[in-house]
Amino acid sequence: MRSPGFRHGVHPPEAKELTHRLPIRRMPYPDEIVLPLRQHAGKPATLCVKVGDHVERGDPVGLADGWVSVPIHSSAAGVVTDIGMWPHPDGSMATAVRIAVDRYAAQVPRPRMVPHWEGLSTEEVVRAVQEAGVVGLGGAAFPTHVKLAPPAEFPVHTLIINGAECEPYLTSDHRTMAEYPARVMFGIRVMMHTMQVTRCVVGVERNKPDAIEALRGALPTDLDITILPLTVKYPQGAEKMLIQAVTGVEVPSGKLPVTVGVVVQNVGSVAAIAEVFETGLPLIERIVTVSGHGLLKPANLIVPVGTKLKDLLAYCGGLTPEAAEVIIGGPMMGQAQANLEAPVLKGTTGVVVLQRNDTRLEKVYPCIHCGRCLDACPVFLNPSLLGDLARVNRYDDMTDAHLSDCMLCGSCSYVCPSNIPLSQLFQASKVALRRAAAGAA
Amino acid sequence: MSAPRPSGLVITASPHVRSQDSTPVIMWNVVGTLVPVIAAAAWFFGISALLVIGSAAIGALITERVFGRGDSLADGSAVITGLLLGLTLPAGMPLWMAALGGAFGIGFGKIVWGGLGQNVFNPALVGRAFLQAAFPVAITTWPTGGGSFWTLRGDLFALPFMHPVTDAITAATPLGLLKFEGQGTDLTRLVIGNTGGSLGETAAVIILACGAYLAFRGYLNWRIPISIFLTVAALSTVIHLVDAQRPDALFMLFSGGLMLGAVYMATDMVTSPVTNRGRWVFGAGVGVLVVVIRLWGGLPEGVMYAILFMNALVPFINRATQPRVFGSARKGAA
Ligand code: SF4
Ligand code: SF4
Repeated sequence: MRSPGFRHGVHPPEAKELTHRLPIRRMPYPDEIVLPLRQHAGKPATLCVKVGDHVERGDPVGLADGWVSVPIHSSAAGVVTDIGMWPHPDGSMATAVRIAVDRYAAQVPRPRMVPHWEGLSTEEVVRAVQEAGVVGLGGAAFPTHVKLAPPAEFPVHTLIINGAECEPYLTSDHRTMAEYPARVMFGIRVMMHTMQVTRCVVGVERNKPDAIEALRGALPTDLDITILPLTVKYPQGAEKMLIQAVTGVEVPSGKLPVTVGVVVQNVGSVAAIAEVFETGLPLIERIVTVSGHGLLKPANLIVPVGTKLKDLLAYCGGLTPEAAEVIIGGPMMGQAQANLEAPVLKGTTGVVVLQRNDTRLEKVYPCIHCGRCLDACPVFLNPSLLGDLARVNRYDDMTDAHLSDCMLCGSCSYVCPSNIPLSQLFQASKVALRRAAAGAA
Repeated sequence: MSAPRPSGLVITASPHVRSQDSTPVIMWNVVGTLVPVIAAAAWFFGISALLVIGSAAIGALITERVFGRGDSLADGSAVITGLLLGLTLPAGMPLWMAALGGAFGIGFGKIVWGGLGQNVFNPALVGRAFLQAAFPVAITTWPTGGGSFWTLRGDLFALPFMHPVTDAITAATPLGLLKFEGQGTDLTRLVIGNTGGSLGETAAVIILACGAYLAFRGYLNWRIPISIFLTVAALSTVIHLVDAQRPDALFMLFSGGLMLGAVYMATDMVTSPVTNRGRWVFGAGVGVLVVVIRLWGGLPEGVMYAILFMNALVPFINRATQPRVFGSARKGAA
């Protein structure tokens, strides 16, 4: 039987065998953590500590600035040593709080009340999730509480949990589902209750049979939850592709999923919601896959948010002599890191170290119009045409060619035999268009 | 134990991995599959075949080297142009003409457009069209096959602007026989390729096998040749039913340059549509034109003009066959 999926897409080597059987372990605390105030989509948090302050594990260092924003909490007990610019994984410098971790601290958070979710109103659950600083753990880091309270004019009929994890190398969601199925189910229960949704579908790519089995074993009898095995294909985990696979509906171009009555939540975020109501702890650590053929000891680790890449990589045995590129996220959409001082953020799904011959430092040839990019693009664009337009800066023509529908998934660049950096060109064009629009306004 | 070495790290944009196929890999694979086709030509026409094809290739390569960008020879596309052009020529073609055709094909079929990927017309066919216009007699003088491998056919070593030195023994091509003398050719001979004709007209089975390999590896889009075959077969079957004097589908498919054109020239990625629907349209257009030119045109063979004509339409076909963008209204439904 053909499993549900979407049309087009690509099949990069999965390379998940490096870590997909390794149980999640906890990484020891590093000597220093660095917490940028901008870790999520929306407004950055506002600083609420000063140099010299002592913080316990779980204390806030930044507060939510408005509705689409969340606070940032310290992932370890220690002393604030500095507040200033620090390398951010996105390549820029950003305001960050540096905390010298107290080596002898027990790392026990302050006593707190665990909110009893069943007695809470929707608003109270939403506030609790916001105060815990929960964001989408699939990479985009969109504040989770916003998705819990969709606009009233769009009734939500289905909650979709994204366990596709289609990026090569990454296995953190896979391990979460395989090892913590009960926690995932509890998170789903809280979400369904809060959003008053009666149906939930968990989409998991077929290459994770143990995760599918574990989730099925943990299914509660009183809720309508389906575990749906999906075709193994990139980008199966893209929101629109997942929604089509699950519901058969295409989210209209330029619209949010909620307009077709669904909300998608990453499986890691669901587990994070569960934790809020299990322990009362905010989001201060996350599961990170550290992998790649350029790394000596790949692992799935619980990492304190703010751990610097160099400490994380050193804990994983360090790099091999052939290591060439360090990427935050997966190799399809992740970001190469110039500075290993940059910290792990809430949205860091993985850290992948590629070898020289895994990377694409190769000659670029002209477009030979082979059409492979058209066959790869999951939203049916013509990347060949868009690429030609981008090179001559014809941004308005690109808009007519539906640039706005491009989700920068990189499938086109992946297949291009001429090694044209298509998605990179599209990202730059989107930025240029946004600048032009801002300039005109 | 190596500590992280930020200095040695490379920074590239995502995606950080890519599929194995590269443009040179595709091009050189095509070149590789031309080897058996050339071998078949050598089997039928001996050393003359190799000399003609080699001259066309050398003309193409020198031009690419002199006028092309940097190391553009290495991408393999100029080799393809030269070899394909050679395969469309008769075995007795004077070598200087073959070389000139190769040079013209690369120069005016590709370089003036801006090099690889920019040209509208298939460079090999541009070269061939040039030769057809400049040397109409030489390019339609078809020596027979057979004889020893070392037999030199036609006026291979004629110098420019000299009158032919030898009286070549010539043979008519199956299409010419049919068109001008109303005479058919045995189908098995056509399929195996043991007929008069240009070098690459003669190995239909081998060309099909090589095409199948390329299609299987994804180096050639199967929709174009299949569309051409289906169109030619369907159209000629209908015409044959109406008028039994007209050739049937099998004769049409296996005669002339149809196989070579459909498998190797119409599928040239640069000069064919990028959309899959467009490829069906393109192939159908080539098929119709081939049948029309062959049956009603003044020439016995129409593959070259059919493909060149459709090349010119590619931008329009591309525009008209854009796929529907995900999440936008279906045509007609909106
Ligand atoms: S990056 Fe954009 S154009 Fe390229 S395949 Fe993805 S959605 Fe299509
Ligand atoms: S995959 Fe690359 S070479 Fe092929 S059509 Fe697309 S942009 Fe051009």
